[in-house]
Amino acid sequence: MIICITARGAGMDAPVEQRFGRAPYFVFVDTETGDSNAVANSLVDAAGGVGPRAAQVLVDHRATVLITGQVGGNAARALQAGGIRVYAYRGDGRVADALEQYTAGKLAPLL
Amino acid sequence: MKLVVASGKGGTGKSTVAANVAYSLSRARDVVLVDCDVEEPNLHLFFPAPATEVPVTTPVPEIDADRCTFCGECGRFCRYGALAVLKDRVLVFPELCHSCGGCTLVCPQGAIRETPRTIGSVRCSRPLPTLTLISGVLNEGEVQAPAVIRKAKLLAEGHPLVLYDASPGIACPVIETLEGCDACILVTESTPFGLHDLRLAAEVAEKLGISAGVVINRSDGRDDPIVAFCRDHDLPVLMTIPFDRQIAAVQNPGGLIGRELPGWEERFVELFRKASALQEVRS
Repeated sequence: MIICITARGAGMDAPVEQRFGRAPYFVFVDTETGDSNAVANSLVDAAGGVGPRAAQVLVDHRATVLITGQVGGNAARALQAGGIRVYAYRGDGRVADALEQYTAGKLAPLL
Repeated sequence: MKLVVASGKGGTGKSTVAANVAYSLSRARDVVLVDCDVEEPNLHLFFPAPATEVPVTTPVPEIDADRCTFCGECGRFCRYGALAVLKDRVLVFPELCHSCGGCTLVCPQGAIRETPRTIGSVRCSRPLPTLTLISGVLNEGEVQAPAVIRKAKLLAEGHPLVLYDASPGIACPVIETLEGCDACILVTESTPFGLHDLRLAAEVAEKLGISAGVVINRSDGRDDPIVAFCRDHDLPVLMTIPFDRQIAAVQNPGGLIGRELPGWEERFVELFRKASALQEVRS
């Protein structure tokens, strides 16, 4: 399973970003291999319509779970249609902390 | 003659000037007045009359599910996020679409065709025998103001005398309104904000090659900074409307000072004459 966590920097030690579409980085973690891969988000400064396009990035990376602070209406529709489950992480920890809490079943579904 | 009333800053009195010039001219000739402030049209408040409504549509993509292979070309192309290509379907977000038509061109399967979607309307009325009012109305939540403005302008096309009331600001709707016009009146007020936004609006008119003159509204008599700015930028001050209780009293319930206060009809006709002359100076 591939999990995407929105982050302010590249890597597992970067702080989690609360915004979805305009998160500076998407960190993809493969739970089977433990590998992580940070992708810079080209939509950070886009004018609009970032939600569906960010969802598209997740689909392209075959993510099935998203951990972030909040998602907008258009993003929610695209994520749901793409079969991506979304969980809320509202803390100020690192990507690794958010992943740990998700694995421990402590994060509430956002959608 | 195509004359635009614009301002930069909102609330300076664009609609007041446009409505009064239109009314005053209509006493002697046929006039078409176009409300291009499609997000908040208000000229109908000065000229209540039954209107005929024409819908405004823009093309948005429709996916042929039988032909689509989910290759993702359209989603990658669309910079507005109006198309999200998933594993087994394509999501269309029509309200994000800017109707550029690019998705239909990049689709290798020819699986996208465009269908019309209503985003607003244009309302036409004849409040006076010699005055036609054309108001663009953008539906709530929609963003494509220029499409509604284009349609409103199109309906006025061919008429010898058209006045356009622009929206505040200097963004796309104002550019769309100014496009193809002969001259423009910039309405300002004697405040720092009025001057700041007048500067921006004057720059836009200049870039578009449209001659402009200035009306100072709600003048408290301390207009020196604005007058100095106009002098430095070759912008003639065409008219000054005082900050006056009597004018406010006529204006508030939707009255026209050109109709209800003596001398003002002539002043607005004179304003139009001076604004028309701007065009000749340039050409």
